[in-house]
Amino acid sequence: MSESLLEVSDLRVDFRHDGRLVRAVDGLTYSMRPGQTVAVIGESGSGKTVSARAIMGLLPPSAKVTGSIRFDEVEMVGLSEKALRSHRGCGVAMVFQDPTRSLNPTMRIGAQIREAIQTHEKASRGSAQDRALELLELVRLPAARERLEQYPHQLSGGMRQRVMIAIALAASPRLLIADEATTALDVTTQAQIMELLRDLQQRLGMGLIMISHDLGLAASFADDVVVMYAGRAVERAPTQMLFAHVRMPYTRALLDAIPRLENESHAPLAAVPGQPPNLALREPGCPFTPRCPSATDRCREHAPVFEEHEPEHLWACWHPCEDRVRL
Amino acid sequence: MSTGEQLLDVRHLVQEFEVRAQGGVRSGVVQAVSDVSFTLAKGETLGLVGETGSGKSTLARAILQAPAPKSGEVLFEGTDLVKLKGRDLLRARRQMQMVFQDPFGSLDPKWSVARIVEEPLVAFRTAARAERRRRVTEVLDRVGLDPERYADRRPRSLSGGQAQRVAIARALALDPALIIYDEAVSSLDVLIRAQVLNLLERLRSELSLTYLFIAHDLALVKQVSDRVAVMYLGKLVEIGPAESLYREPLHPYTVALLASIPNPDPAASRAPVTKTIRGEPPSPIDPPSGCRFRTRCPRAQDVCAAEEPLLRKLADGHFAACHFPVSDDAPAPALAGGTHDAAAPD
Repeated sequence: MSESLLEVSDLRVDFRHDGRLVRAVDGLTYSMRPGQTVAVIGESGSGKTVSARAIMGLLPPSAKVTGSIRFDEVEMVGLSEKALRSHRGCGVAMVFQDPTRSLNPTMRIGAQIREAIQTHEKASRGSAQDRALELLELVRLPAARERLEQYPHQLSGGMRQRVMIAIALAASPRLLIADEATTALDVTTQAQIMELLRDLQQRLGMGLIMISHDLGLAASFADDVVVMYAGRAVERAPTQMLFAHVRMPYTRALLDAIPRLENESHAPLAAVPGQPPNLALREPGCPFTPRCPSATDRCREHAPVFEEHEPEHLWACWHPCEDRVRL
Repeated sequence: MSTGEQLLDVRHLVQEFEVRAQGGVRSGVVQAVSDVSFTLAKGETLGLVGETGSGKSTLARAILQAPAPKSGEVLFEGTDLVKLKGRDLLRARRQMQMVFQDPFGSLDPKWSVARIVEEPLVAFRTAARAERRRRVTEVLDRVGLDPERYADRRPRSLSGGQAQRVAIARALALDPALIIYDEAVSSLDVLIRAQVLNLLERLRSELSLTYLFIAHDLALVKQVSDRVAVMYLGKLVEIGPAESLYREPLHPYTVALLASIPNPDPAASRAPVTKTIRGEPPSPIDPPSGCRFRTRCPRAQDVCAAEEPLLRKLADGHFAACHFPVSDDAPAPALAGGTHDAAAPD
C-alpha cells in the first residue's frame, strides 16, 4: 500500500454554464498502486469523464480545478501547460471512445504512430518505424506490417481502437486511462479489446483506469471499483467486496437494472424512478435522495460523508444496504 | 403472450445494395440480407440479435418496405406487402411502426411534443382535430409523460429517456399491431433503460402488441423476448425459444456472443472470448463461401468452406445453420495454432 502511482484527493471541477456554477466533480478521492486496474463507473453526467480529463490535464481553461492530483509524487493541479505536455504520454496516456475521431483520416497509420513516438523521444525515422511495427504487433493488429502503410478508413472499428492503444503506449506510460474505450464497438470486439487491455496492463505493469457506464465490465476486469453519482464518489471497494457487499443504494440500483442472462424472459427489472439531478441547482443533502428507496429527511438535509466504514470499503450513505442473502 | 396465430411471415427475404468503388472501398454488391425466413405470432416478441453489418436493421426496413426487398415475401396477416402498392401499402403500413436508437435524431427539433405525436394521425387523416388531440393526450399518458407538462415542450428540453418515450408515443398513436424497436434502448443510461424496458413490457401486455426487438446485447434481448433470432453477415444462423437458445446455444457464433457479455458477478468464471471467436467480420461484399462464419469459427472444417449449412431443426422449435452445431456431444476441434485474436485475412 505504501507506494502509490496516483492519488486523487478532494478533486473539484467547476464549469460556468449560463452564468451558473456547475460542479461536475465534487470532492473525488481515490488512489491507485502501480499495475492496478481501477474502474470508475457512472452514468452520463456523473463526472467520470471530467475527472479523467483532469488527471490528463485536458480540461478547457474555463474549467476550474481544485484539490489535488498527485502522480508519481508530483502535484498535477496548477502545473503549467509545458510541464503537462511532458506528463501526458510518458506519465499518463488516454484512449477515447471513438477511434474514428481520434485518428487523422489523411495520415497513414505508421506516420501517426511515429509522430507519437517522436513527440516524446529523439528517434530517427527508421527506428521510429521499427518501434511503430513493434507497437502494432504488441496490440495484436493482424498483418501489422501492411497496416503501417494504410489509412484509418481501411481498418475496422476494432482495428482502429488497437491503433489508438498502440499510440497511447508509444511513450511507455505508467498509467493508461481508457474512457469508454470499448463502448462503441461490437460485443465480440469489445470483449477482445478488454482482454487485450488487461493483458497489456499485466505485461507492462501499467496502472489502468477504466471509465465506463458498465458495472459488468468492472466486475470482469477491475481490481477496485469507484462508483460516481452527480459528481461525487458514492461507493468504493475492491471489486469482489463491492459486488458481494453492496452498501450504497445507488450501486444496488445500477446492479439490479442490468438485464442478466439468468433472468426469466419478461421478468420486470427493478427500476428506480426519476432522473439524475441538475448539477447547477446544487441542493444540500445526498444527490440520490429523490430516487432512493431508503431515503429519509436526514438524507435531504445533510449529505453523508464519503468515508471508510469497513476495511477498504468506503461509501456515502446514511442508510447503507444490508447484505442480500444469496439464494 | 402469443396466441399462436401468425401476424408476420417472412419468406426467403433478400436485400442487396450496389456500391461503387470510392476511396479504399471496393465496388460490388452488398449482400445485406440473404434468404432470411421466419414467422412472428400475434402477441409474441421476437428478439433479433447481431453485430454491425449483420443485416438486422436492413431486414427490419425491408419488412416495412422501406425500401422493398430485392426478392422474397413479407406476409402480414396473410397479405404479401411486397406486392402491395400505393394506397393499399399505406393502409398496411399503418399497422407497423418503428422506434429507432437515437430519439433526438428521429424527432423534429422545432416541433412540440404534441405535434410530433399527432403527426402520424394527421398524415393518415384519421380523425378530426379534437379527436386527434384527445388521442395525443391518451398516448402520452400511456408512456408515462404527463400531457400537461410535456405537450408543449420541444425535444431539446427533454432527457434521452423522455425523448424516447415521445418516440414510443408517436409509434402508438395509430394503434399499430406490430412495433419494431431498432436498438431503441441501447443508448440510454442503465437506470433509464430499465424504466423504458419495463414500459415496453407493460405496453405490450396492455395493448396486445407484437414486437420485433432488435439489439446487439443478448442479455437485454432475453429480458423481453419469447423467441430469439441471431443474424451474422446477412444470414439467419440460429432461431429458437429464448430459454433454450440461451441454455443450449447451437451455433458457435451464438456461443461467442454469449461469452462476450461481461458478467456483473466478479466471482463467475469466465472463459476468454478469444477461445470462441477470432477477428472481426469480413466484408458483406463477397462474403466467405459456404458458411459465412467459418473464417472466425473455432469449429470450422473443410466442409464449411465447400457447402453452405442450411437452417435445420435441432430441438423443439430451435433451428441452427451449422455443420457442427455445439449441441453435438463431440468436443469442439482445437483451434489451429492455439488462441487467436487476430483477424483472418480479408
